[in-house]
Order: sequence, then C-alpha cells, then structure tokens
Amino acid sequence: MEKTPKWVDVALIPVLNLLIAFVISGIVVLLIGEDPVKAIKVMVSGALGSPYGWGYTLYYSTNFIFTGLAVAVAYHASQFNIGGEGQATLGGLGVALVLLAVPWPHWTIALVAAMFGGALFGAAWAAIPAWLQAKRGSHIVITTIMFNFIGASVLNYMLVNVLRPPRSMDPATARFPAATHLPTFHDIPLVGQFFSKSVPANVSFFIAILACWLVWILIWRTKLGFEIRAFGRSEPAARYAGISPVKIVMAAMLISGGLAGLMAINNVMGEAHRLVLNSVEGAGFIGIAVALMGRNHPFGVFLAALLFGFLYQGGGELALETTIPRELITVIQALVILFTGAFDNMLRAPIESFFVARANARKEA
Amino acid sequence: MVETGTTEAGRQATAALATPEGAPAIELKGISKAFGTVQANKDISIRVMPGTIHGIIGENGAGKSTLMSILYGFYKADAGEIWIKGRHTPIPDSEAAIKAGIGMVFQHFKLVQNFTVLENIILGVEDGALLRPSLAKARKELKRLAEEYELNVDPDETIEELSVGHQQRVEILKALYRQADILILDEPTGVLTPAEADHLFRILDNLRREGKTIILITHKLREIMEITDTVSVMRRGEMTATVKTAETSPEQLAELMVGRKVLLNVTKTKAEPGRTVLEVENLSVKDEDGVERLKGIDLTIRAGEILGIAGVAGNGQSELLEVLGGFATGTGTIRINGEEIDLTGKHSDGQSRRRRGIAHVPEDRHRLGLILDFTAWENMVFGYHADPAYQKNSFVMDNAGIVSHTAEAMERFDVRPPIPTLPAKSFSGGNQQKIVLAREIERNPDLLLVGQPTRGVDIGAIEFIHKRLVELRDQGAAILLVSVELDEIRSLSDRVAVMFDGRIMGHGPVESATQTGMGCLMAGLGGDDVRGMDGWTISDEAAPEETD
Repeated sequence: MEKTPKWVDVALIPVLNLLIAFVISGIVVLLIGEDPVKAIKVMVSGALGSPYGWGYTLYYSTNFIFTGLAVAVAYHASQFNIGGEGQATLGGLGVALVLLAVPWPHWTIALVAAMFGGALFGAAWAAIPAWLQAKRGSHIVITTIMFNFIGASVLNYMLVNVLRPPRSMDPATARFPAATHLPTFHDIPLVGQFFSKSVPANVSFFIAILACWLVWILIWRTKLGFEIRAFGRSEPAARYAGISPVKIVMAAMLISGGLAGLMAINNVMGEAHRLVLNSVEGAGFIGIAVALMGRNHPFGVFLAALLFGFLYQGGGELALETTIPRELITVIQALVILFTGAFDNMLRAPIESFFVARANARKEA
Repeated sequence: MVETGTTEAGRQATAALATPEGAPAIELKGISKAFGTVQANKDISIRVMPGTIHGIIGENGAGKSTLMSILYGFYKADAGEIWIKGRHTPIPDSEAAIKAGIGMVFQHFKLVQNFTVLENIILGVEDGALLRPSLAKARKELKRLAEEYELNVDPDETIEELSVGHQQRVEILKALYRQADILILDEPTGVLTPAEADHLFRILDNLRREGKTIILITHKLREIMEITDTVSVMRRGEMTATVKTAETSPEQLAELMVGRKVLLNVTKTKAEPGRTVLEVENLSVKDEDGVERLKGIDLTIRAGEILGIAGVAGNGQSELLEVLGGFATGTGTIRINGEEIDLTGKHSDGQSRRRRGIAHVPEDRHRLGLILDFTAWENMVFGYHADPAYQKNSFVMDNAGIVSHTAEAMERFDVRPPIPTLPAKSFSGGNQQKIVLAREIERNPDLLLVGQPTRGVDIGAIEFIHKRLVELRDQGAAILLVSVELDEIRSLSDRVAVMFDGRIMGHGPVESATQTGMGCLMAGLGGDDVRGMDGWTISDEAAPEETD
C-alpha cells in the first residue's frame, strides 16, 4: 500500500498546522487593534534575535523538555500525569535541601547530587498518586491534580516555617553557595563569547538533551519500555503476557515524576540559586502541551519545547514592548495546541490522500 | 405497536414504496472499493430477492466485510450503485442505510458495555428528551420480539454482564426494533456454540418466513448449506460465483473460495500418551463478584495427547484457560511436570508460567493475544520479551535480532505478508492467529493451552493451524484445546471433556463420543445417550435426563 512520504508526516503537516495557528493568532492581534507583523517581529527578535533572547528561550525550553518528557513517559503507560507542576515543585525542594545541606566543593558533584535529590522528590510526589491508581484504582488525573495543590502548600510551609533564613522577610531559602552555581551559556568556552553574562540558560540544557536520548532508549529499546508500551496499549493483553499492572504504573509514574523533578536543576539550581514560591511558573502544565504536540516522542518533545520556549520568551517581550497583554501568548499557545494536537486530522486527511494519489499517478505513468 | 410518529410515518412511506413485483430487495451494481492500492472490492454485482437468505462466503480478507460496510454506509464505494427494493438508493452513511430498512449485526458488536439491554436498544431512536416513555415502549416491544423469535434477553441486564451469544441477540433486536427488513449478519456464529447457532438459525428462518431479507456473511460452509437459498463466493475482492444453494456442494464452494481443494478433516495418527504433564485437582475460580465460575475441576493431560474441552461458551472454559495461563487466581492444585504452581499470586504470573513451559494461545487474540498497534516483531516476542535470548545486553533488547527471528518465523508459519515491521492490525484474522501460534508453538512448550484456535480464521489457515497442533502433539507436547466448534474438538482431540456450569460433566475417548451424548452433557444432562458412550466417566452432577 502506498504511504505518504515520511517528511510530509513529520515535517510538512506540523509546520502547516503551526502556520494556521499563527495566522489566526495574527487575526486576534488585528482584532485587538495591534499590528500582527510588528508583533511577530517583536516576538522573533525578542526570543531569537539576539544571544540574550536565545539565552532565555533555551532556558524556558529546558524546563519544558523535562516536564514534556515526564508527561510523555507516563502517557506511554496510558497514565495521564497532570501533576508535573507539583512534582517539579517538590523536585525544587529536593534540590534546595541537597544544595543547602552539604558544602559542595564543585558544581559538577553538586549537580549530580542535586539531580538525585530533585528526581527523588519528584518521583516520591508521583509515587503516592501512582500507588493509589495501581492499588486502589483512584484516577491518576484527579489525584495528580490534587497533589499539585498539596505540593504548592508543602512548599509554602517549608519556605515560611522551615527553610527561611532567620530574620528574612522573604519566603525563600538562603542563596545556594557560589560553588554550586551551574555554568551558564556565558561560562561555556567558545559558545560563551556570544552570550552576555546575564542569560539564564545553563548546562542543564545539555542534561535535558541527554534525558531525551535516555527516554528514547527507555521507551523503544528496553524491556521496561516494551512493557510500558504494551500495558499502555492494552492492559488485558499485558496481563496475559505476565506484565504486572502495578509494577508498570509505578515504574512509569516514578520515572515521570523523577523527570519532572529534574527540572529543578534548571530553574532552582541553574537560575534562581535559591528556592522561591511558585518557582515552577506553570512549566508543569506546559509540559502537557509539549508532550501532546511532540506526540510523546522525545525528539518531538524537544522540538515542541523549543517552540514553547520561543513563545514564552517572545510573549514576554511582546508584553514589554507593545500594548498586547501577556495573556495573548496563552491564546497563541492554545491555538498551537489546538491545531497541532486536536485539529491535526483536519489537514492530515486531505494532504495524505493528495500524496497517495500523486504516488499512484506516478506509478501508472 | 411501538413506533413513534416519525417512525410510523417512515413505515407508511416504506409501505408506499413497496417493492415492485419481481424486483430484488438488494441489488449491487459494479461496486468497487480500493484502500490505497489494495483493491478490496472489484466490480461486484449481486441481486438478493426479498424473503430469501443470501450467503456470502469467502476467506478472511476476501472483501466480504468491506462490501457490507459499503452497503451499510460505513465506506463510500469508488464506483457502482446500490439499488434497494427496485430503486437507486445512494447510502452515504449508516443513517441512510437504516432509513432504507437495512439492519446490520457486526462481528464485533457495537454495544455500550455499561448500558442495559433496553438502553442499548433505544440508543439513537429515543422518542424525546425523556427516556422513560421510550424505555417503556421498548420493553413492551422487546417482550413481543422475544416471544415471537425466541430472542430472550433480560432487558435490565448491562451488556458487560451478558454472554457473547446474548449480546448478539441484542444486536439483532436492535435492528428489528428499527424496523429493518433487510438484515446483514457478519460472521454471526463465529462466537456461538452449536446450540446457540441452531437457535440463531431458527430465528433467521422465522424472519425469512416473514418476508425479511437476510445476508449472511460467513466462512463456514455448513451454515451456508444449512440455511441459505443462494450463495455468492468471494475471493480476493472479486465475486467468483453466485449459485443456488440447492445446486451446489460444500466441496464445490470450498474450491471456489480458496481456488484449490482443501482438506476439511485432520489426518492424525493415534495418540501415544507419555508422562503426565498437567494435573489439575479441585480447581475453583471466583470472579470479581464472588460468583464461582469453576467448581472443583479435576483433569490430567499427558505428553503427546490433545484434550479437547467442549461446551457452550461461558461455562467456565475461559476461566480455566486464564487460571492455567497465570492471569487469574484460584484455589486448588495445579501441577505442571509434577511441580506445584502457586495460584494465589495477586499479580499476573504469566512470565513464570511461560518459563515452566506453559504456552497459551488465548481465546481472544485481539484483546489478549496481540497488541494490535505493535509491529509483528514486537508481537512475536510478546510475553517472552524478557527471555535472555532477546536481550542485546543487560540494558537494551536485541531489536534487530528479534526482527530477523520474526522474519524467519513468519516464513515458517506462512504469515502473509511476511513483513515483521508491519503493525499487527494490518494482518487478516488468519494471519494474526498464525503470528500468535508461531510465538507460542516455536518454543516447544510442554503444555499448550489453546482457546478457539480457528475463530474468525479462513479455511486455508484452519487447515494449517490444525496441522501444526497435531505436529506439536506428535513432538510430545500436552495440549489443552478449548473450542466451541464441536467439529474442531472431534477432529483434533484424543480425549474430550465436556464442561457445563463450571464443572466437567464427563470425559472420555473421542472415538466413543456421540454427537447427542456430548450435546446432553453440554446441557448438563446425563441419561441413556450419555451412558452409552464407552469409556466415559460421567460426573454425578449430570442430571438424569427427563423421561417423557
């Protein structure tokens, strides 16, 4: 049977979907009385026009890669992990505790320990809903949402009552020692000369890329990944094959929570250098959109995270330089999700039949 | 009468448009349909006269279901016309089909699992915003239909609680409730026991007598011969012949279907049973609601023999397979090669069962045996994926090795097309079953559990599968065969056990098993027919046959 060329499937259709989303966003901008061309210019130059802009875009992208991967891994086991926000919040707590507990001699050792702490706390926060799902059948969507709120409260309590330095009025931890600060893009040899000192993007970006690769290995190359995918596609068949549902739900959710928790090495350890309230800033939720757009494939998640990093940074610039409210960026994000996710089949069907017809015509010729 | 104002009007309209004298109820003219480059239907024409049963027979993937989906408005034909009752009637969607008086009973039922029978019946034809009046009407009509056609179903039971046979009755009732006078049944007996199938045929016969037109899609020759008036044979998307049933023979039809002579009987030598492989003692299983599904089963199977479990579906056969296969819990004792197996394990134990040499071809390959979205190679190791042979190192699986292993296995088992990277869902039923069979047989298991090995499988594949099972037996495997096809049980088994209501009613050698005796046992009855079977052990539970 003739199939559409692969490039159509993975490149042309998503790009067309994106263009439609942007065109409609432009119309929205027009409707609120602003110039869409100028808006695009501001967004592009703000997010991609300078090393400074790139430094922010990639910083946000790093967050979204981690949370996007978290959603994707759980999704392969048919678990919809809405709790990335809470898991990343707790991951921040884990990172902060690790970094404040020991006078780390060098950032490399500190990073390894912080990754361990962040992933452990994130995984632990996912473990409770996972256990409730696996053992009691409580729906994972409901419990992970609730755990987002509980997580925010836990962080609040810890910052105000436990971790706040004496006499500080600020609900935040003390600053982490300078030895634990991660090298930003400015500090990296060769690349560094392009970035001014102040960019937040840091070596966590490379950890995120590494995570993409490892998740790909996990899902498509390992026994555990095989079982996760099998369980995700058909639970009865998985049981027939002797795959334990409890084990898979727990494993997938622990890995998912761990990935979400790992985000904290970027925003807490790499950027803020201390733990503050609401440090995650919604990245956990954006991870859902990133995974959706990236079709739960690590490479797709990577690309989608770049796009959402661009939208996030560009949207910030938009609010600064024009009278377009920052909320518009949420509208654009929503349109992107709508067209790349929900409306995907709208374009796909006609385009695929076009290419199939063309291939058939060629064959006959 | 139950119909609403609108259906009443529709009925009058239908009456006004009564079929002109001599016009066929259904006429398809030159229907063609391609999926990509696969020509599923090629220039197909048939005429079905009103008040007749027309059979369409062909192997899996011959295009029967596609043709009927076109008639029911699921697919749009690339070319051709549909004429209903002498009028050109385009059918763009199933709504139009229903309006034209066509009802369809699919192979895979389209029922809402957690709705009651009544709710399913009225779904889509409710009389108004409030359900109560529709439900009351449907209840009355259902009672009438039940009496008229022996279509007994508890209207307040949810679908998921019903046996497959009963679910099918609901589908037929749904069509009748919608005033269908043309009924299409797609492989209706694939899931039924012989008794249920007989019952269905009585229903169909009644419907025919009332002037309804029935299209029966099947690949079972016996059914065609038994009930149809005319029969069309399809092969590879083409209609190869249409004949009067009275003027043909099963052999001729089989030849037309596959294009070659097929062997309908299995040739096998007498079994030479060796050591005991499986011993089951006092095995009981309760379902989620605490209802006992297996009530103290005892059985043994020795190496080199096939034990056939006959019985009406839903009498505990599925539970027996599940508990032996390691994904249901139970009480009692199971010993494999003399070693006791833990039955209380809360978790699925399929992997350790496999390591002990138990292989399992499940009854439902779509739900259990395969992951339809997985590729053939992923399915080829499914359940055995933890086997060290399939690991590249301690971290990753040897995907490339599995693919080439799969390619070889597909060649050996004649799976078509032999492409390991194709998803399981794109193979036909027979080829899917061969994938499952290849996976389970190739490891030379000590014990093979097989449920409905040839359900929904075409004749060519049936022959192949039967041959493989006998070969495995001759190599010294013990085989437990569960099938609702009595013919299959009789031709494959060395010994037969009959199950009824969670118990084994009787067991004995296949040679002395009589059709009537087994029929009695399947209904839980003892009596003379049963006692007359030499060498059979009959359970005390078998009720003495009523004397009248």
